Amino acid sequence: MNPLAPARALELDRVRAVALQARQHCIEMAARGGCFLGAALSCVDILAYLYTTYLRLSPERLEDPERDYLLLSKGHAVPALYGVLAALGYIPEERLHRHLQPEDAIYWHPNRSVPGVEFHFGSLGHGMAVALGIALECRLRRSPNRVVVLLGDGELNEGSVWEAALVAAAYRVEQLIAVVDRNRLQANMPTEELIPLEPIAEKFRAFGWGVLRVDGHDPTALHAAFSALPERPEHPSVIIADTVRGKGLPSMENRVDRWFCAIRPEELPALLAELHGGAAATLSSAGSAE
Amino acid sequence: MTPYESTLLELLQRDERIVILTAENRAALRNLPPLAGERFLDVGIAEQTLIGVAAGMALRGRIPIAHALAAFLTMRAFEFIRTDVGIARLPVKLVGGFPGFLSEGNGPTHQSLEDIALMRSIPGMGIFCPADEAELVLGLPSVVMAPQPFYIRYPNVPAAVEHTQEFALGKAERFGDPESPIAIFVYGFLLREVLEAQEILASHGIGACVYNLRTVVPLDEEALLNATLHARLLVTVEDHFRHGGIATMVAEFLTERRLALPVLPIAVPSRWVAAAPLAELLRHEGFTGKQIAERILAALPALGV
Repeated sequence: MNPLAPARALELDRVRAVALQARQHCIEMAARGGCFLGAALSCVDILAYLYTTYLRLSPERLEDPERDYLLLSKGHAVPALYGVLAALGYIPEERLHRHLQPEDAIYWHPNRSVPGVEFHFGSLGHGMAVALGIALECRLRRSPNRVVVLLGDGELNEGSVWEAALVAAAYRVEQLIAVVDRNRLQANMPTEELIPLEPIAEKFRAFGWGVLRVDGHDPTALHAAFSALPERPEHPSVIIADTVRGKGLPSMENRVDRWFCAIRPEELPALLAELHGGAAATLSSAGSAE
Repeated sequence: MTPYESTLLELLQRDERIVILTAENRAALRNLPPLAGERFLDVGIAEQTLIGVAAGMALRGRIPIAHALAAFLTMRAFEFIRTDVGIARLPVKLVGGFPGFLSEGNGPTHQSLEDIALMRSIPGMGIFCPADEAELVLGLPSVVMAPQPFYIRYPNVPAAVEHTQEFALGKAERFGDPESPIAIFVYGFLLREVLEAQEILASHGIGACVYNLRTVVPLDEEALLNATLHARLLVTVEDHFRHGGIATMVAEFLTERRLALPVLPIAVPSRWVAAAPLAELLRHEGFTGKQIAERILAALPALGV
């Protein structure tokens, strides 16, 4: 049995249903005070795939020392995580209605008091090192956990990502899997116009990692990639998932100004209709790049 | 095996949660790697990764003891300490090597003269500044087993004095009469110099009670309060900038309680210190026992003491 194999067989309809529900939650959170909607929508399909199919995890196993880990290093994408956790029963949907209420902990970055959240990411460039620490601890216990860390592509500007990547390769931590949400836009501009990242695959390969590249919105492709792990046995793996910022809302897709979005409540019905296949909405409320 | 290494080994054997990490700073750990086996991890010259990894291990129930040079540990990795360890209050223990004046010939790049200020700005972070290796190993079990994160200034110096007083977090070690007219608060290896200064003051007929703080955080507020009842002058001595360390802590303590008392801070003004072997560095900066005594004696008339 391959220790990195997906936990379950792929149920395509279920992954898509969870992703659609999670996207709806994200949009609703954007209408309750705004959130990093564009950055969240680009990784919904990745998270929906991981939680439904890849991870050995369930709402009942959150304290299980042998559970798999999902670490959201691009913490500002937390609406996608909360959307998936709510769709799968880790947290009640009603809790998301408390977005930005000071008595609760549902805000623009993950909080560890929310069931299913393993760590309070938000400051970019921390996830790789923390994931490595968790993976090394699991290995020390001969525990079979897989540790998946989801990074933004803009986050790869941070030197600490590469520092930890070097150490992970040095210690041949096979149970560490990084996923890069490669939507090609960072906060204010296209990644390739600011600090070009390509060729990302070659960079990770040169750092001693196994590398796969897939369409991050295609659950079948994601499943094929995760099923092919380890791409380089006894090395950490990275899956570069090509994605689209704002995916699921054509009116927002690939727009540099739709990173953070505050949607007016009256605009919500049109956006939800768009999500469910209706015409593209025209928004008067502004998103922002910063 | 040094006493520090033996103590770490004992702790490793006693509690399986403990792991030893380093960012290729092995000065205090030379003999440990083969004995600690898998529970020793060297991440290379990578302080941020050191802290991130320590936090990840602590999330899984471990107590990591992480080593690096004090300057790089507390400053290069500051945001990782604050964010990963501090926010989650993980029981990670940070051991800073060659702190303060103990950077000796390294110069300003290696001088951690703001580490206490930085670490005490993190909610929940304890700070342990032993005077010498004997006190380090005396206090280490309590500090390691404490549920909160701790920063430890590692003192690679000969014993200042025989430590006969029991160790407890937030409890200073006292030398002298608590009702003395002068109370001197010190942490770390400078205790040795301060005890010499205490003798010199005594030879001038001036009584001074010395408090070796041991843990700067938690601070021994009881000792400090008691000193304010009896002393007419409080002196703080530290190889740290004058702002943010114990001089500031004493001033804050007095202000919060609306107490008016002269304080003489013997600390580093806003500049880097000389790079030299410790004895010469102390002399150059005015921190030998004799110079400390002279600075106190010189201050007395102006302070009306």
